Order: sequence, then C-alpha cells, then structure tokens
Amino acid sequence: MSDQKDLLRAPFELAYNYKRSSGPLMSKFFDALAEQKILGTKSSTGKVYAPAAEFDPETHESLSDLVEVGPGGVIESFSWIEEPKHHHLIKNPFAFALIKLDGADTSMLHMVTECDEADLKIGSRVSANWSATIENRITDIKFFTLEK
Amino acid sequence: MKKVAIIGYAQHPILENAGALNEVELIMPVVHQLFDELGISQNNIDFTCSGSCDYLQGAAFAFVEGLSAIQTNPPIKESHVEMDAAWAMYESMLKIQMGDADTALIYGFGKSSPGRLDSIISLQMDPYYISPLWPDRVSLAAIQARVLLEKNIITPEQMITAVIEARTNSKNNKNALVTELVDKEAYLASENISSPLNEFDCPPISDGSSAMIIASEEKAYEFTDHPIFIEGIDHRIESSNIGSRDLSKPTGILASIEKLKLEKIKFDVAELHTQFSHEVPYLQSVLNLSDVPTNLSGGPLVGNVMMCAGLDAIGKTYESLKSNDFTNGLAHASSGPCLQHNMLVHLEKKS
Repeated sequence: MSDQKDLLRAPFELAYNYKRSSGPLMSKFFDALAEQKILGTKSSTGKVYAPAAEFDPETHESLSDLVEVGPGGVIESFSWIEEPKHHHLIKNPFAFALIKLDGADTSMLHMVTECDEADLKIGSRVSANWSATIENRITDIKFFTLEK
Repeated sequence: MKKVAIIGYAQHPILENAGALNEVELIMPVVHQLFDELGISQNNIDFTCSGSCDYLQGAAFAFVEGLSAIQTNPPIKESHVEMDAAWAMYESMLKIQMGDADTALIYGFGKSSPGRLDSIISLQMDPYYISPLWPDRVSLAAIQARVLLEKNIITPEQMITAVIEARTNSKNNKNALVTELVDKEAYLASENISSPLNEFDCPPISDGSSAMIIASEEKAYEFTDHPIFIEGIDHRIESSNIGSRDLSKPTGILASIEKLKLEKIKFDVAELHTQFSHEVPYLQSVLNLSDVPTNLSGGPLVGNVMMCAGLDAIGKTYESLKSNDFTNGLAHASSGPCLQHNMLVHLEKKS
C-alpha cells in the first residue's frame, strides 16, 4: 500500500451541478411568464404552437414569431389522479391535462385542480393560476382551474 | 441490401424484484444460453450492441458495467443505445448490412424495482416544458386512452378484453411475471391509478434481461435450414411536444405501414409492445390485425422489462414463427410517452 499522503483525492458531489440554458426562443417564453403572459410561436402556415416551440414538427422550419395566447383555454384530454404520489407537485386530487390555450392550435401539458373528476370533461374551459414566486420555469403557472 | 436473419433469442424469467442479482448476473445466463444453443462463443460474434437506461441504475455510463457479462478480451467491437434493445437490434442489423459484421449479439436489461419508475420516466422527458411538472408514465398513457375512448376508436370493453387475454396468454410464456387470471368483476372493482387507467391496465414493475443473435444470410444457413429473416423494418418518431400531436392519429406508424407495404402481407402472428391495455385494441386496429393472433406471449401487460420489452416482442414473434407452421410475423417496439416512437418489424420464415 502506498503512503496515505500519496493518494490523490477529489471531492464528489452527486448532483446536477450545472445550469441549463433555455436558449434564445424559450428564454423569451420563460421571461414572459414573469409578466403572467403565455407565449406561443406562429409558423408560416399560420399554425400557433403553445407553449412556444422552437421548430414546426410538420414543416421543420425554425420558429421565431411570438404571439400571446391564453391565459384561458380548453381541455383536450386529461387523466385524473385521486391519490397523488410522492413526486407529484399537487397533493390534492388533480388532473394532468392537455390544454389548448385561446389563440393556439396545439396543447400544453399542465395540471388542473380545485375540482372533482366529475367536473372535468374534454372541452371544459380552464384558466391559468400563477405561482407567488417567479422562477422562470413552467411551474410559474401553478396550475389551471375551471373557469367560473 | 444484405439480408439479415435472427438465429437465436433468450429471455430471463421476468422478476418482480431481482433483489441482489445485479445487471451482470441478469445478462450472463441469457447470453450463455444462446451461445450454448448455437454452439458458439463471444469469439464468433463480430459486433455486440446493448440497450439499457442509465437512469434506472442512477449512474452515468452504468451500461458499461453490463459488458462484464460477456468476454471482452481480446477486444470486441461494441456499441450501446440508451433505448429499448429493439433499437440495438436495428443498429446491429445496419452493421451487418454495411458488411462490417456477419454476426451480432444484442442484449437488453433493466431493473425497475429498486427505483421509482414513475418519477424516473418523468426525468427523461422535455426538461423545459414537461419534466418540471413530474408527469408519470401512467398519467400520460391515460391522457391518450381518454382521447381514444372519447373518439370511440376503442371501447372500455376492448380494454377489459386486452387485460383478460394477456393474463390468459401468459401461460404461453414460461418467463411471464403475472400469470394470475382476472375476470371482468375484478377489473371493474379495481381503483383507478390515473383515470381512466386502473392497475390492471398498467404493466407490472419488472426486472430482467433478454438477448438475441442475428446473422447475415450466408452465416444464418450455417445454423438453420429455415432462417427467419428481418424482411422489413422501419421506425419513426413523432414530436416530443406531446401537445402538438394528435394522439388519435399514429402518423409515424402509418408511414411505416406504407413504407413496408404491410397491407399486402398476411400475418400469422403479431407481438406488440403495448404497455397499457388501451394500446392493444388501438394498435390492432391501426395495424389491421383483427384476424391475427396478437400477443400470444401475454405481452408487456404480464411482464414489462424496461429496455427489453420491445426486443422481446421481436423475440417472441421469432419464437412463434420458429415453433409453428407460420410464415409471416409482425413485431412492434415502442418508446416515449403515448406511443411517440414506434418500430415495425416484418419477420419471414423461409420454407
């Protein structure tokens, strides 16, 4: 065995200790959330992708024409979780839902809560609720609730 | 284009919890079973490719340790896909078609029991718009199920039938994990995990491994007079932006069907990588399989080893063709949420 003082040592932290850039387009989407605005991108065919997409999966063009959508929209589909698990952000019964925001042609995945499963239908109108603290993340939209 | 045949396939018994058995110990038995059956060793393999998911082990480059299951000295030509091993087979097939290899060993492995699969799968998705919401795999599948039900593309009755048939067919697969039969009453009494899906609609958490050996046409005839050829293969991926997809329109699969001219083929058997009950009637309809025996192995609903279940669909189709008077088989492998990425494989036995 070599002498203890000869051993090379290095600290090891098991973590994602780096920052991820959200890029030129999505950073605008996340900045807009701070102003409680939701942005989509419009393609040359007039189709609006929301949340803002960097490219059109149909025409493959890169997208940069930002348009405001929502904050209300329509549920396109949902799954209802009566008993949330440890990793879920909402601890009360809630739904994961695809929501087509007003002015958009595609849907955004998010959560809907403060209702019962029976209250939700495909076609139900919902509106965004905002988090108290802004982190420039998709979770700045806290969840959606049924429009009164 | 060089023709490629499957010459062997082996599957580890699917376990609910492999316990102290590590990945290497899961892979070794299936690889050696194949070597023994064919009378060869790693020295006869020109190219080796594996499929696994480092997220399951929770360590970067964890897949490298899998190589301890095979002999790597003298040095071997080797690759890995962070995907289901069906895609490792695809890469291996290309290697043979390019003339770089005549034989290839493929293996896939996955231990889902030690972690929390729902949250692990969430981490694999779009890190900007989707992962931070922690959508679990069942909830995303349930979103597609609801679309299909709402549009009457499938019915709740068909989902029940898929569950009952999977359990019944599990007797055909000695490696199946879930073999307990279920009836309609038990199904209907089950509570939803994520509505409209209940526990019977979902695959079991599974540990295991599988291996396959493929070979060029000339090489294949050294092992059998009736090789089973990969006659057609095609895979397509749809947008990672789940909300921009029409979840009731399988654009990628339809393109593959056209490319492979599947409508002209009379299939004797099909094995589908259908992890959730609603996917069975949906894909049966999309692939026009109403008269074709489907998932005779029980499919993923009775054992769903992550990163293997797609290769298993190909392997089970191969086994069906090999042991029956069948000619054409269709296998399907899938990846991503709501059948985002799909591979279709047409296998044909030469008489």
